[in-house]
Amino acid sequence: MLQAIDLHKSYGDKVAVAGISLEARPGEILGLLGPNGAGKSTTVAMICGIARPDRGTVSLAGERLEGDESPLKQRLGLVPQDISLFEELPALENLRLFGRLYGLDGTLLAERCTAALTLVGLAGEAKAKPSTFSGGMKRRLNIACALVHDPDVLVLDEPTVGVDPQSRNAIFGNLETLRARGKALVYTTHYMEEVERLCDRIVIVDHGKVIASDTKANLHRLLPATAKRRVEIEGEIDDALLARLASMGLAVRGETGASLESVFLHLTGRELRD
Amino acid sequence: MKPILALARTDIVLYLGNRKALLVSLVAPILIAAFFGSVLGGAPKKAIRIPIAVTDLDGSAVSKKIVAAIAADATFEVQSPGDEAARDLVRRGKIRAAVVLPKGFGDEAAKALFRRDARKPEVTVHYDPSQSTTLALVKGLLAQHAMQAVAQSAFSPTEGRKFIADSRRDVESAATMKPESKQDLLALFDSLDRIQARAKAEPASGQAGGGFGGFQMPFATKEIEVTSGERRKYNAYAHSFAGMGVQFVLFMGVELGMGLLLMRRQGIWKRLRAAPITRSMLLSSRIVSGTVIAVALMIGIYAAGIAAFDVRIEGSVTGFIGVLVAFGMLTATFGLLIAALGGSPEATRGIAIVATLLMVMLGGAWVPTFVFPDWLQTATLAMPTRWAIDGLAAMTWRGLGIEEALAPIGVMLAFSVAFGLLALARFRWEE
Ligand SMILES: Nc1ncnc2c1ncn2[C@@H]1O[C@H](COP(=O)(O)OP(=O)(O)OP(=O)(O)O)[C@@H](O)[C@H]1O
Ligand SMILES: [Mg+2]
Repeated sequence: MLQAIDLHKSYGDKVAVAGISLEARPGEILGLLGPNGAGKSTTVAMICGIARPDRGTVSLAGERLEGDESPLKQRLGLVPQDISLFEELPALENLRLFGRLYGLDGTLLAERCTAALTLVGLAGEAKAKPSTFSGGMKRRLNIACALVHDPDVLVLDEPTVGVDPQSRNAIFGNLETLRARGKALVYTTHYMEEVERLCDRIVIVDHGKVIASDTKANLHRLLPATAKRRVEIEGEIDDALLARLASMGLAVRGETGASLESVFLHLTGRELRD
Repeated sequence: MKPILALARTDIVLYLGNRKALLVSLVAPILIAAFFGSVLGGAPKKAIRIPIAVTDLDGSAVSKKIVAAIAADATFEVQSPGDEAARDLVRRGKIRAAVVLPKGFGDEAAKALFRRDARKPEVTVHYDPSQSTTLALVKGLLAQHAMQAVAQSAFSPTEGRKFIADSRRDVESAATMKPESKQDLLALFDSLDRIQARAKAEPASGQAGGGFGGFQMPFATKEIEVTSGERRKYNAYAHSFAGMGVQFVLFMGVELGMGLLLMRRQGIWKRLRAAPITRSMLLSSRIVSGTVIAVALMIGIYAAGIAAFDVRIEGSVTGFIGVLVAFGMLTATFGLLIAALGGSPEATRGIAIVATLLMVMLGGAWVPTFVFPDWLQTATLAMPTRWAIDGLAAMTWRGLGIEEALAPIGVMLAFSVAFGLLALARFRWEE
């Protein structure tokens, strides 16, 4: 669906991206993983037609994405890294504006706005201003704004910064719904566990270059078989099992046997917070 | 078109939604215009009187008459605190001028009326150098009142007799005078004598000499200000509201430009860039919203001027609206130009405000351009603000027809196109 080939971008002497290629396929979430300053946002900017690559091409469904008014932009949605909302404009008005920028109007626009708000669980807040929202609500609205024009490809630049586990899980649920609908998603982050949980294929970048690109399973195989690993095992784990693992020479740490997040969610519940 | 209108609508909604900023944009110009308007003459009610002092060191009938005449003159607000005190008041700017009538003025003045060689009494005028136009005014009116008073007393049946007798003696004893001149003057004195005698005999006829009361100003002036109508007068508020409206609406334009510069730093910018819209669409939307907001502010400011300060659109209302719209576009494109040329928002704001102040000052927003020296009046035609204020003046207190609005509208639109194109060329859009 979306293909980026050999993207390069420098700002003056500073090389931000030095040869990144990636492909996002329908019904898949592609993880773009990398530390701060790796060039993730710059790559996203080039993919979405915000920054012109110094070299390399971006194409969508086989057509090259070029020019401000390219009709291909209609099929792309961007969730910027910073919360990008008109804080003093009601949530619904934000959605309407961004819908209109893509030429939507009338009942179609109204339907799409409602659908987007419902998906991110903000249907009840349509008239409220983002300036009165919590961080998690803003993040969710930030995603909804990219969905109004119903794009085939959704590019998300660190969409969960500063949100609580409830909101993050809700966002993950939304993204999984979109994946199930056949959308192609590019998910940018530097949180491993997010990539692990969500992504089908992963591109790891550093210093503006791709250092690995494969499915999750294949990436795991990159490590030598004898290397130290930490795994998470879900299910009923009793003391007998732990004792058996320990007897096999494996280090078993932790007291409760459950992740802190499980405890946190157990205590605070799974409902979304506002 | 749809995206342009959607963006413009958003700008307008956000601007109107910011009640505090809106209040400042409206209330500040109204208050300052009210202040300037009242300082510069206010609404046309009474003429301002010029404060002066008159010191009469002579105390003669003639000098008293002059003092009374000056005091009765509507042009002046007269006080008589004494010579020293009067000079001090001038120095401190409390009064504009101090006139001193010297001792012996009455006698000497009457003699000097007929004799070229007679000693002329010296009337001193102390004046405030910052008010040099008042000097001419004081001199002129002093001349009028002194002439009338001196001539009147010279020919009056009472004081006049002594004066005629004195003059007759002087002429008879004058050694250098030609005999025929002597003869003629003496004949003149004889006939004056007869007029005075008759006047004394029939005082009921009122005026001395039965209508002859000495010399008079040979004409009277009727002063009519040439503005929109006979009954309407120049209203200083009409100017101050135009001036302050233009100034503060341009400030708003600067803020809109700032908004665009700030937006570039925010994620919203990325959304706009990711959407299928172009640079010219974004800038067009800003021109639409800037124009609408500017026109709305001007209407609000003028509404206050009309409601509370007697400002009137005496000329063409269509022309007035035309000038407002053209000025609105000028404001919007000026803001864009700032956004296009500016660097960081912080540095740009300062420069933009100074540029705006210069533009409005030279445009005649503070003091009307008609008080500028000639060369400056010509030079400031290069200021778009000058055309805004002239256009507003033409449609308000000057009461001119729509044809007088065409040049200001045309020039402002030309500036708008130039600003807009320059902004389009220089605006950084690509990352
Ligand atoms: N507009 C710009 N001008 C100059 N340098 C830039 C610009 N944008 C990005 N850079 C530089 O390019 C490099 C890559 O930046 P980028 O924002 O793409 O990284 P990132 O992977 O998104 O980082 P983060 O996780 O912090 O968001 C950084 O070193 C950054 O300083
Ligand atoms: Mg980034």
